[in-house]
Parts: sequence; C-alpha cells; structure tokens
Amino acid sequence: MDKKENQKSTMRRDAFKAAFPYTIPIFAGFWFLGLAYGIYMNVSGFSFVYPMIMSLVIFGGSLEFVAVSLMLSPFAPLQTLVVTLMIQARHLFYGISMLDKYKDMGWKRAYLIFGMCDESFSINYTAKIPEGVDKGWFMFFVTLLNQFYWVSGSTIGGILGSFLTFDTEGLDFVMTAMFVVIFLEQFWKEKKPYTALLGIVCTAVCRWIFGADSFLVPAMLCILLLLTLLREHLEKTAYPAEVKDGGASL
Amino acid sequence: MTLAEQIMTIGICALGTMLTRFLPFLIFPGKRETPKYIVYLGKALPAAIFGMLVVYCLKNVNFTAAPYGLAEIIGIGVTILLHFWKRKMLLSIAGGTVCYMLLVQFIF
Repeated sequence: MDKKENQKSTMRRDAFKAAFPYTIPIFAGFWFLGLAYGIYMNVSGFSFVYPMIMSLVIFGGSLEFVAVSLMLSPFAPLQTLVVTLMIQARHLFYGISMLDKYKDMGWKRAYLIFGMCDESFSINYTAKIPEGVDKGWFMFFVTLLNQFYWVSGSTIGGILGSFLTFDTEGLDFVMTAMFVVIFLEQFWKEKKPYTALLGIVCTAVCRWIFGADSFLVPAMLCILLLLTLLREHLEKTAYPAEVKDGGASL
Repeated sequence: MTLAEQIMTIGICALGTMLTRFLPFLIFPGKRETPKYIVYLGKALPAAIFGMLVVYCLKNVNFTAAPYGLAEIIGIGVTILLHFWKRKMLLSIAGGTVCYMLLVQFIF
C-alpha cells in the first residue's frame, strides 16, 4: 500500500517536472495580461474579488475583458450569451482536436476540458511528453499551472490596481511568439502544410473584411468550409491514415 | 447593474464558455465510433487553428499606417530565425519577445 502511494507521488512529481518548463512563457504572458486585466477591473470600480472569481470560473482572457464592459452596461442576458458564444466558439475546434487525447483520463478529463484555454490546448496538443511520464498528469499540470498563473495575476492586479506601474511594455508579445513557435512546429510536422497556410490566409482575409471585433466566427466557418471541400484531396496528400506524432521540444 | 445581475452576467459568460469547451466531448463521447468526418477534422484542424491564433494575436496591429506593424514583423522574424537555428522553444520565444520589447520601448 505504502509502496503504491509512493509510486503515485513519484509519478505526479515527474509529470509536474516535465510540464512546468512548457508553461514558463505562459507564466510571463498570463501574469502580464492578468495584472493588466485586474488593474482594468480595479479602475472600472470592481473589487479584486471580481477578477479572481471570473478568472476561476470563466478562465478565458478575451471574454473576461469584454465582460467588464458588459457589467458596466444595463443587464442584457441574451446579448451576454451571444457575445460569449461568438468569442469562445473557437473552443469547439479545440474540443474536436482533443477528442482522442483527452480520452480515458478519468476524473482529470472534466478539469482538462474545463480549463482548455488557447494556451492549455496548444501545449497539450503539441508538447512532446517524455517517455515514461504519465500523459494525464502532464496535461493536468499544464492546465492547472496555466489557470493558477491567470487567477493569481488578475487577483494581484485587482488588489494593487493603479498603484502598479509597468515598465514592461511589449511583454504581451510572449503569447504571439509562443503561437508562432507552435505554428512552426505544426507546420513542420504536417506532410503537406496546406491547412496551416489555409488557417493563416482565411483568418487574415476575414480580419481584413470583417474588422478586428467580429472576424473569428467567419474565419472559423471559412476554415471549416475549405477543409470540408478539400477533404478528399487532403486525406490523400496531407493526412494519410496515421499522422506521425512529432511534437514540440523545449 | 445589481449584484444579482452581475452574478448572472458572470454565470452566463461561464456557462457559455463551458458549452463551447464541453460540446464536442458531449456529442462524441467515444462510446460509439466517432464519425470519420470528425476524425478527419480532428487531424486537419490544429494546423489551421495555430495559423488562426497567430493572426488573432495580431488583430489590433495596423499595417497600413506608421510604423506599419514593423515591431511585430521584426519580433516574429527573430522568433522564426531563432527557431530555425536552434529549435528550442523557450529560447525562440524569449528572444523574439525581448527583441520586440526593446523595439517598442526604445524605437517605435
């Protein structure tokens, strides 16, 4: 019994050690953005309890920023729901991509799905999990650490408010750089990187046509439509039965 | 907005978000075989998603007026070069970010 418990805690520790380095860029990005978000709520007149609870239960940066202006306007439940679904629709794509990886995760599965923000999805989808490290615990710690960074950052921002001054302008670029690297890794992994390019072009064109505030859903529909139309061709060239599992190393 | 309305607003945001995160797993719980089309999407989507996320990060950059998104272009260029050179995720991210910070703080 004791031995079994020991093995379990070793397994958890190994998974934590493997997961932590992958989350370092997210720590920098989330603390920066989380602090900014907490400060924004503070100067909008909300106690730190608001950013703390919202980061705990919503855990989605862009929506949380928008929610501040929703809460400063008259109560509009239907509009709130529509805005939420528009901003968060991209998670549908993450879910479809993770159906297989999040299978057989027991109780951890619910939390993995609950905490599947852009960054957790990106790391959990691409990371090269070392041999012998438990996949479930690895992905669990990636998700948990990310949420911890976000909640602590936004809470501290909410407490300190405008007392905090930044001389870290531009640190938020760490998220852009991370997605660029993950994109490159995926680009190299693909047999034919058609879909990677398709994602960039569709989104850029939709951003240009629909403007910065409402291009995500059209971009998703555009990607979905093209992937569906090109299915036969792509299945032959880019996605033959088994895609090799490469993955990003640190 | 009253406290109750605030709580409901936060609740709707949370529930809407969870709907988008859980829906695929609720529709395709894996007990029956997942439709071939969905399996295909699961493989083909991620590369497109990462492309989408890169553009999403740049959505507020104005490329048509000075400084024409130069800091972003150079920052991304440095990140890509570093990644081609060493292929170390943390190094590429840190290098690109530091370069971008120097650019926006001292030059642009």
